[in-house]
Amino acid sequence: MAGHATNQIDASSLWGGKVSPFSTSYGKLMMWFFLVSDALTFGGLLIAYGFTRHDAQISWPIGEETFNSLPFLGHGYPLIYVALMTFILIVSSVTMVLAVEAGHRMDRKGVTKWMIATIIGGFFFLGSQAWEWSHFIHGSEYGKVELADGSKATVSGHSFENFTVTKSGHDFKKGTYETEELLHDFHHAILAGKVKDNTFTTHGGAVVKLNSKVDEHFKLIIKEPGSKFSKVGKAIFGAEANKLYYEAINSGTKNRVTYGANLTSNEYGPAQYGQFFFFITGFHGFHVFSGVMINIIIFFGVLRGVYHKRGHYEMVEKTGLYWHFVDLVWVFVFTFFYLV
Amino acid sequence: MAALAHEAHGHHDAHSHDHHEEGFVSKYIFSQDHKMIGKQFLMTAVFMGVVAMLLSILFRIQLAWPGESSDFLSMFLGETWAPGGVLKENMYLGLVTIHGTIMVFFLLTGGLSGTFSNMLIPLQLGARDMASGFLNMLSYWMFFLSSVIMLSSLFIETGPAMAGWTIYPPLSALPQAIEGSGLGMTLWLFSMTIFIASSLIGSLNYIVTVLNLRTKGMTMTRMPLTIWAFFVTAVLGVLSFPVLLSAALLLMMDRLAGTSFYLSDIIVNGEMLENHGGSPLLYQHLFWFLGHPEVYIVLLPALGLSSEIISTNSRKPIFGYRAMIGSILAIGFLSFIVWGHHMFVTGMNPFLGSVFVFTTLLIAIPSAVKVFNYITTLWRGSLVLTPAMLFAIGLVSTFITGGVTGIILADSALDIAIHDTYFVVAHFHVVMGMSAVFGMFAGVYHWFPKMYGKMMNTRLGYVHFWITIIGAYGVFFPMHFVGLAGAPRRYYDYSVYNEFDKPAADMMMDLNVIITIFAIVAALGQLVFLFNFFYSIFRGPKAVQNPWRSNTLEWTTPVEHIHGNWPGALPVVHRWPYDYSKPGAEEDFISQIVPLAEGEEEH
Repeated sequence: MAGHATNQIDASSLWGGKVSPFSTSYGKLMMWFFLVSDALTFGGLLIAYGFTRHDAQISWPIGEETFNSLPFLGHGYPLIYVALMTFILIVSSVTMVLAVEAGHRMDRKGVTKWMIATIIGGFFFLGSQAWEWSHFIHGSEYGKVELADGSKATVSGHSFENFTVTKSGHDFKKGTYETEELLHDFHHAILAGKVKDNTFTTHGGAVVKLNSKVDEHFKLIIKEPGSKFSKVGKAIFGAEANKLYYEAINSGTKNRVTYGANLTSNEYGPAQYGQFFFFITGFHGFHVFSGVMINIIIFFGVLRGVYHKRGHYEMVEKTGLYWHFVDLVWVFVFTFFYLV
Repeated sequence: MAALAHEAHGHHDAHSHDHHEEGFVSKYIFSQDHKMIGKQFLMTAVFMGVVAMLLSILFRIQLAWPGESSDFLSMFLGETWAPGGVLKENMYLGLVTIHGTIMVFFLLTGGLSGTFSNMLIPLQLGARDMASGFLNMLSYWMFFLSSVIMLSSLFIETGPAMAGWTIYPPLSALPQAIEGSGLGMTLWLFSMTIFIASSLIGSLNYIVTVLNLRTKGMTMTRMPLTIWAFFVTAVLGVLSFPVLLSAALLLMMDRLAGTSFYLSDIIVNGEMLENHGGSPLLYQHLFWFLGHPEVYIVLLPALGLSSEIISTNSRKPIFGYRAMIGSILAIGFLSFIVWGHHMFVTGMNPFLGSVFVFTTLLIAIPSAVKVFNYITTLWRGSLVLTPAMLFAIGLVSTFITGGVTGIILADSALDIAIHDTYFVVAHFHVVMGMSAVFGMFAGVYHWFPKMYGKMMNTRLGYVHFWITIIGAYGVFFPMHFVGLAGAPRRYYDYSVYNEFDKPAADMMMDLNVIITIFAIVAALGQLVFLFNFFYSIFRGPKAVQNPWRSNTLEWTTPVEHIHGNWPGALPVVHRWPYDYSKPGAEEDFISQIVPLAEGEEEH
């Protein structure tokens, strides 16, 4: 404890009663202890994640394989987007510091300016997280496929060309399409086990055939062992990979392919991977959301001059502490889900 | 910075002089005064305690006379839960669960810490109030709300939570496994989440008040041991309850959102569930990381209260004041690294188990320091045997008895044989249940004059004490032998198993009858207390300012409660709180506000 400070005279007067030993108001001290407590909640959750990962019987996904997309640009940019959103969040911490600093100088305009910047940063992060979730939920074009021998594999490379509508329905007329909408319908047909010879029927009654090409870079990576492919991590290339994949989607059985993620299963790895991802990033996102809301409330206080009249901007400082904490937690969440 | 720190004091100072008449609502209901909030906690906790005690009598009747019809059971549980006066199996588990939950969290955590931390921290430190009166009020009302939700779960169609107070999954996660894991469990989890928030807000207030609002001269090493105990208790709460929150949140997800954090490959009623890959052991680790410190959250305040009471009523300084502080801190630290001893038989690595054996046995050292310090304080003191003093001495007794069986349970090799038997139940009821309840009673008897300005009746206090200690030992002493005979805990009926050998089974059944009779006697004894308590509030003789001739600051405040505690300036502290029978002094006690005489040395 601080009782053992180097200067004995100082220590005894600091701890001698009547003054705060840390020269800090009770509100700020409370915020510090609250943050300690909240840190333990996150600690508990992240340790639970580590425990489950350590215990997992099948291989755990790798961050740069799961998160490799950018908005509008598609795949092939591992961790770039999350790096950007992390950067924005850290920058918002910097702007928060500047707001606090302006508060110390009683510079109301400065506080206003930097609080706005912090709030915008917070909203950007929340929006990014929503995008990241949406991407995680929808998953890849090819999903995780269960092969004939019972093994499960993820897919990389490219094999779908486009769709040809051979019989018109309400929704699609004859012709060749490359729309997301048809891909979506195709996924549903695969999940329902209603694809035969790469052909399926849409809700509107159109009969659609998928045109595929054999791509030598098309690759299956075994994630869960089966009777034939028993080695996790084995890769199958080219023509054989194509054959196995189309065999599976044309098998007529339900749920041979898993797309994206939900709370019960996901295409990336063990069910708990997705569950912890949703829960921990969601719990953190909830903290960020509360932080943004608190920042907004304080911001209006600043606008109305509440703290200026009070003679100090300690409320800004206290919300600042919370905001920095939320950022710091993100660094750990980021490390656990994206880096290791 | 200094200006900011000063603001916190200035706020209270400003109010103390212009004392204005408050309305009923702001005085008695949404009060922000720490004394009223302390009393609100006490009243709520007493009510919860009575409920929990009644529940225990209900299931004790089943254990003593399994399958026999009882009017008492049908009166309280009706045809739904006790058809024909015979308790239903599931409700037995429900009663056990809610009894444990209320006793551990609502009586001994909320009640004990909430009452006495609120009451005594500002009074014994020389502060006008808690650091934040508003948050203090919020803390109480969240406690109240969580109490209401917990009680309401007793009255729903599917019954209360039935998975034990530790709510281990998978039982607690699967409504198809037991009816109590439906809505009852959901209410339990919501109630506890609110309780955790309440406890966190309260603890933050206690910590910050102790750090920031000590009056002039009140150094950390002049604080009464009660305050040290409350302080460390609050720190333990801030560090351990959040982990229970993580555990509870993940459990809620498993129950409500279909995740499988704790579930894997389960067959219920012949149906294979889809959940795969989770681990129920994960829950146990998270739970006991809270669960073990929780034992000390319950116990430390009781130990703090009894330190004060024993020293005052022995008319002697507490023996080894700094050793007492050291042992409180050591117990607090060690409590975080022993949780594995609750999990010896879960298939934990035996090497890890032996580490937990070692850390657990280490706790015996600071605990023994405390016990010996109590005994040496009592040794050759001029004992004043008030009811509070009797209960405090009772605490020392149960702390020793329960501690000795704790050493047995701490050994993983011995624990394998007696794990999850009634031996464990007996152990923790003695060491944490009885000790903490005795500490609480001691506190109520001792500080009643401060709370209500009246005196409780001493003779009724003696009657209450002797019935309680004889009743409680009568319940829990034989219970050790039920456990050693091999009776597992949480069984509904021991008479139906052929696996026990005949003499052991007979002994179990006979002892169960004796235990239940003692439990009923002890429960009736509490009526004496309740009468004394409520009668004295209204009709008790008026208290004098310092009835126990005690040194601490709360006895320098006026008997009538005022907002801000001291009518004039705050008292200034010149000495530690244990100057009893100081050689050369005129009186056998010297209040902390008395300056050192010329040539007098501080203790």
